[in-house]
Amino acid sequence: MTTATIDKAAPTRKVKYGSMSRDRAWALRWSYFFLVIFAIFFLTPPIYMFITSLKSSAEISAATNPWWVFHPTLENYAGLLTSNQFLRFFWNSAIVSIFVVTITMLISVPAAFALSRMRFWGSATLATGVFLTYLIPETLLFIPLFKMFAVIGDWTGIQLINKWYVLLILYPTLTVPFCTWIMIGYFASIPKELDEAAVIDGASWIQTLTRIFIPVAFPGIIAATIFAFTVSWAQFLYPLVFTTSTDQLVMPVGIITSLIKGDVFNWGQIMTGALLGAAPPLIIYAFLMDYYIAGLTAGATKG
Amino acid sequence: MADVTLRKVVKRYDEVEAVRGIDLDIADHEFVVLVGPSGCGKSTTLRMIAGLEDISDGDIMIGGDVVNDVPPKDRDIAMVFQNYALYPHMTVAENMSFGLRLKRYPKAEIKSRVDEAARMLDIVELVDRKPKQLSGGQRQRVAMGRAIVRNPKVFLFDEPLSNLDAKLRVQMRIEIKKVHQKVRTTTVYVTHDQVEAMTLADRVVVMNHGRIEQIGTPNELYHKPATKFVASFIGSPAMNFIPCRLEDLAGKLHVRLTDRIAFPLPPARAARYQGIPRADKLLLGLRPEHITEAKPHPEPGVEAFETVLDVTEPMGMETLIYFTLEGAQVCGRVNPNAGAQDGAPLRLAVDLNNMHLLNEVTGVVL
Repeated sequence: MTTATIDKAAPTRKVKYGSMSRDRAWALRWSYFFLVIFAIFFLTPPIYMFITSLKSSAEISAATNPWWVFHPTLENYAGLLTSNQFLRFFWNSAIVSIFVVTITMLISVPAAFALSRMRFWGSATLATGVFLTYLIPETLLFIPLFKMFAVIGDWTGIQLINKWYVLLILYPTLTVPFCTWIMIGYFASIPKELDEAAVIDGASWIQTLTRIFIPVAFPGIIAATIFAFTVSWAQFLYPLVFTTSTDQLVMPVGIITSLIKGDVFNWGQIMTGALLGAAPPLIIYAFLMDYYIAGLTAGATKG
Repeated sequence: MADVTLRKVVKRYDEVEAVRGIDLDIADHEFVVLVGPSGCGKSTTLRMIAGLEDISDGDIMIGGDVVNDVPPKDRDIAMVFQNYALYPHMTVAENMSFGLRLKRYPKAEIKSRVDEAARMLDIVELVDRKPKQLSGGQRQRVAMGRAIVRNPKVFLFDEPLSNLDAKLRVQMRIEIKKVHQKVRTTTVYVTHDQVEAMTLADRVVVMNHGRIEQIGTPNELYHKPATKFVASFIGSPAMNFIPCRLEDLAGKLHVRLTDRIAFPLPPARAARYQGIPRADKLLLGLRPEHITEAKPHPEPGVEAFETVLDVTEPMGMETLIYFTLEGAQVCGRVNPNAGAQDGAPLRLAVDLNNMHLLNEVTGVVL
């Protein structure tokens, strides 16, 4: 291939960037101002939690400066990490979240593919319907759902209430619609010619999904996975309503039911438990951050 | 390798007919180009051959078998898309071998086919790269490679060069022609660019409003267009159309352009047009190269006249001239030394041996 070169050394005019950079400087100043305010606002609670978690119960109730630790101690951490009950909560949360993420992805990825690509009768309406389900809050649903599971238990003898696995049915009602919706957006950003090329190359629908769409939309799948994990890890209302025995509880509910005894608040351990509970999502975010950001912005622009 | 036949093929979208009954026979090894303005149904026709669109009516046959209800993967065709449609997460070699891998070909066979295609397309050193590391021209080569390795019955090209810049387009055009000379696979190629159509095709199919206007070799379309649409679509600058009518003057048939200008027709033309009613509104079709500067000793059938030029466009090897006749803008091509200047008078000659006469109402070439 030959290429013609254009002489770019033609005389150039000095351009003033002064006002432009002044605008930029002001924009930056304002950005930093607000970012600092937001950072303080959002980081204060976890910092307060961390400080409190290092205090003994005596120091917490003493009338000293709450923002300083005078006698740091790891007794709260030691207490929780050696408590079989707390480890049980942690384990329940982990199992539930892993199962929910798996179930969610197994449903929502193929569902999104079908809704975005296999133009069948009513697929557009169905896609909107999926999104609308997500808009119904769980506070509206938990009583009828409880009644439903109770009736099912009476009829079939299958006991779902007060079992941790009831959450595997409940959580996907929150995660599947949203993840399906995210994935529909992702798949929509993949050019139509790509699946046409795959079809002509001899790929079936399943092969097009597994060998073209899933690899190409991988950042979107990561984003959906993180979302599903966060939702199921942090969910509070459903486990509070549907599980009561201590060995069936997940962490958010477990912490408040086991560490608040009547009107006695074991603040040190509550704070420690909350911090330890926040760790797994934090670690996952840290590792997958790059994918997540790419996931949130992809499809915004073509190319 | 196979022939492709379309029998009264119709495509309807709800109420709109995109393709209105197309009959087309494409012989084995033939390179056929479908050309027409956007929305003329050429891409839809190609996609129906590929199986990406259902056909509403009629039959499509590949290699003698009706494939109306055969899914694309079983039609044994390969397609090259305008936007390349390469799989972004696969290397060039993986892109090219995807179809063969799905069909579980032996590894050695896949490798030899990919290597051969890469050599043919001059992309051997690129086989381990990802599409995003390639330029537009290279991507289009890979897309062609993906088609070649499959060794299909038919190649389908959907405006493959539209995304490339003008220079690369000329180069890839030659490349496509070379590939076809080597592999001789039956090819259907869609473009809106008449130059591409003329240069690549064994036969060109000119389409308009979902119908075929004319089928012919590039030269047939250029020299013997059947309709005004074909005459104006093929050739650049386009053919001139000047309002005129026939008149008998001094016992000879003349074509009258203006009150001042009437040319006697050459005997062969006069015989052909004798039966046309003299009152009919007609158009004189003349290609720009048949309007040149007047020469001292004109050949028979070449008639001279004087006009004032509006604009001239020096192109180097020739100068394009524009002037107005009966409200119609007319383009001619003259020698750069003929002295053509903006706003200046010039003595021109029209070659009536190459004239066309069209019915102004129906657009049919008479």
